[in-house]
Amino acid sequence: MTDWSQKYEMVVGLEVHVQLKTRSKMFCGCSADFGAPPNVNTCPVCLALPGALPVINAEAVRLALRAAIALDFTINLQSVFARKNYFYPDLPKGYQISQYDEPIAVRGTLRVRTPGETATHDIAITRLHMEEDAGKSVHDRYPRKTAIDLNRAGVPLIEIVSEPDIRSAAEAGAYLRTLKQILEYAGVSDVSMEEGSLRVDANVSARLHGATELGTKTEVKNVNSFSAVERSLQREFERQCAMLDRGEVVRQETMIWDASRGTVRPARSKEESHDYRYFPDPDLPPLILDPDYVARLRHTLPEMPRQLRQRFATEFGLNDAELDAVTAESSLAAYFEGVARAHGDANAAAKWMMGELAAALNETGTGIRDFPVRAPQLAELLDMVRDGKLSHTAAKGVFATMRSSGKSAPVVAAEMAVTQVGDDSQIEQWIEEVFAELPAETSRFRAGEKKLTGVLVGAVMKKSKGRADPKKVNALLSKVAG
Amino acid sequence: MRNIIDMTNDAAVRAADPQFGRDGLNIVVATNHESSLANAERVALAYGRGDAMSLPGMAIAVKDNIATLDMPTTCGSRILSGYVSPYEATAITRLRAQGAVVVAKTNMDEFAMGSSTETSAYGPTRNPVDPARSPGGSSGGSAAAVAAGITEIALGSETGGSVRQPAAFCGVVGVKPTYGRISRFGLVAFGSSLDQIGVFARSVRNAAIATYAMAGGDLNDSTCADVPVPTTPEPVEAYRGRTLDGVTIGIPTEYFPPSLDADVRARCDVAIEVLRGLGAKIVDVSLPHTELAIPVYYIIAPAEASSNLARFDGVRYGPRAADVSDLREMYQATRSRGFGAEVKRRILIGTYVLSHGYYDAYYKKAQSVRALITRDFDAVFASGVDALFTPTTPTPAFKIGAVTDPYEMYMSDIFTVTANLSGIPAISLPIGRVGGLPIGGQIMTRHFDEPRMFHVAAALEAALGGEAHA
Repeated sequence: MTDWSQKYEMVVGLEVHVQLKTRSKMFCGCSADFGAPPNVNTCPVCLALPGALPVINAEAVRLALRAAIALDFTINLQSVFARKNYFYPDLPKGYQISQYDEPIAVRGTLRVRTPGETATHDIAITRLHMEEDAGKSVHDRYPRKTAIDLNRAGVPLIEIVSEPDIRSAAEAGAYLRTLKQILEYAGVSDVSMEEGSLRVDANVSARLHGATELGTKTEVKNVNSFSAVERSLQREFERQCAMLDRGEVVRQETMIWDASRGTVRPARSKEESHDYRYFPDPDLPPLILDPDYVARLRHTLPEMPRQLRQRFATEFGLNDAELDAVTAESSLAAYFEGVARAHGDANAAAKWMMGELAAALNETGTGIRDFPVRAPQLAELLDMVRDGKLSHTAAKGVFATMRSSGKSAPVVAAEMAVTQVGDDSQIEQWIEEVFAELPAETSRFRAGEKKLTGVLVGAVMKKSKGRADPKKVNALLSKVAG
Repeated sequence: MRNIIDMTNDAAVRAADPQFGRDGLNIVVATNHESSLANAERVALAYGRGDAMSLPGMAIAVKDNIATLDMPTTCGSRILSGYVSPYEATAITRLRAQGAVVVAKTNMDEFAMGSSTETSAYGPTRNPVDPARSPGGSSGGSAAAVAAGITEIALGSETGGSVRQPAAFCGVVGVKPTYGRISRFGLVAFGSSLDQIGVFARSVRNAAIATYAMAGGDLNDSTCADVPVPTTPEPVEAYRGRTLDGVTIGIPTEYFPPSLDADVRARCDVAIEVLRGLGAKIVDVSLPHTELAIPVYYIIAPAEASSNLARFDGVRYGPRAADVSDLREMYQATRSRGFGAEVKRRILIGTYVLSHGYYDAYYKKAQSVRALITRDFDAVFASGVDALFTPTTPTPAFKIGAVTDPYEMYMSDIFTVTANLSGIPAISLPIGRVGGLPIGGQIMTRHFDEPRMFHVAAALEAALGGEAHA
């Protein structure tokens, strides 16, 4: 495959829709919860019954502002909701209430570090605006019919539109991961692509290196993971480069990512080029923000990942990989900090979180917030390991039981009788027994064949059901063999 | 208590009388006798318990574009045939809390688009004063309901004069409150920045009581203002018979053009002299941008309507065309069959003026001119004028079918649209008849100055006495 990046430069701008974590919808009191039976979370307003009117959800505004502050946006103290008019069955009013030429925030930035690169790149973000979600059209439920579920209609969204500042698929991925992390820290969204609370449309064009004008862009839709964004951008870039190289002209159009084939194809023309006839929504007066309110919000914003990372590096001396792992999510970082402070050895805490804890979360698919073993309890377990009361292996078993039983480390260790044995006479007795059971290996070991140490230690450990302190076993082996 | 139920029953019987139905004056499009009586019984019980009410047992008729639970709300359109709202308009809930009982839904121009009640899917309403004539529109059914004595009070809605013009044509009082005075929640939207629920009544006093009963902030309508509402009925009572000493009334020259119907002018001149006689200081004033009001209105109202009416798509309610092969055809067939000619005309105009490349030239420009029209009023009121007096309409009621040119029809709103564009309150009251046809006089005041408006209107009404209807 041709490496087009030698000749052409990729130029990408991303439009990210993020569902705000409010209890109710953007313009009515209906629950914004995900997963209810179809059309249960609806009312005259979100069903667009005749005569119903929208009312702005103040909590949605608060979350949008938090996001804007976290992304260093300039807040517009006056913004305007506009109607974006188009017909679609899952758009009940025949228009979407959005913000158009007066969004709530403009000019943000996101500092991005692409994996494998040392320098960071500040990506400019054009705007952040508020809008409502549409409902869902279900095409595969009834033959030859489309079902409409309006539970999602009116759920609050923010749309974050970047400048065409992104220069590679990997950088697009880094932008998205950083954005997701910041929004999660700001507590404004669940930012889950799987659940649809974060959606990405990517604009991409190609141009010769050194060119100053932008090439014709296409919009890639239907990408449902960050890696799919990266792969689809790469594919679309290659398609455009090949066309340019043949002297063809790239057409501005919408491309659909086909994840199963790993290809992009043009959307049917119906899916594009609307005249949305935007105009200010006469049902909603301009949104006027009190500067004091915005200032107060600025102060309530928690530490953002970049600051936290710096603090953890200084305070706990973690390396980059450890920092990546423990600051990936705000709740994970808080958990880590809890364990590190209670236990004292931050490296041990980080290691455990990257190993056992990560595996456990992966296995159950739960987030750290719902994880049964809380930070102080994990710290207690790590204390026992450090104090030689539990072997690392036994600690793993204790951890597993703590997860299922909710009991503390000392209680579980006692119940499982796995507390590490450091008592010399007990260990010596196990060694004697192993020597008796493995006469051949024992005599060769006695004859000086040191490589058999491992086999014998293993046998002792097994006999002790993992409870023997392996350091002591090692030390005592030669003495007993005498 | 018995009295309340009897009053409701009498009104409900009148509302169901065939002379007011489709084959008669075509005023009433729906009734629900059983439900009206049940509501009357509830009111009677509460009233008997001693609940304070400003309208105990008052039967009201309601324009077919205001959501009611017990009767359909169809906006005079096929596209909503049979539609019953599962929720009730805030205005209705508030009136019911004051003891009013809805006995009828009334005919209207389809989606309130018209000035004659001729565009209704139910066919035209006839003017009780002269059945060959139009009651005006779009709230012609409600104006006629009060004129015909079906109810003492009726609700209409205004976007460009749809209460005041039919009030003038039918010889009753018609109020368009300040934009934001009464919640629009449950009023089916036409031009959202102009729409306002209005009141018809036989007297200024009752119009004021009903207006105040509905007024006040509403959490369901962000454009509804939380401005203190005067208590009723005391202020209105106090105005009756009092002179207008110290009140300055402006006469805007633009509302008395040379083309004004001579009879209308003569009646207005009499009313102005009566106002002067009551002690008012009469001054000539100018509202220089008045002539731009109709073009501005016919850009803004259709633009908003084209968007407001998009929800009538056959997907969630109303009839849906079935003999279609795809979504686009469904939309086309449903809306082509569901909407009448005038509604389609306005959707087309509105869609056009909002289109990419035309927005600035039409909608945006119209909004700028609208601001100038509002500034005209602000300047006059700032100069010390308390109220403006004008004719309500350029002519008395025209004959059904007589006005066929849409533009000519639009011009019948020329004296009323300015209050909608600027949001100020306005009232039309009968100031006499010519050849048996009622003539309406209009009083406009500052934003939220309904008390002054009712004051002047009540004083004029009292001074004219029987003259108003002679």
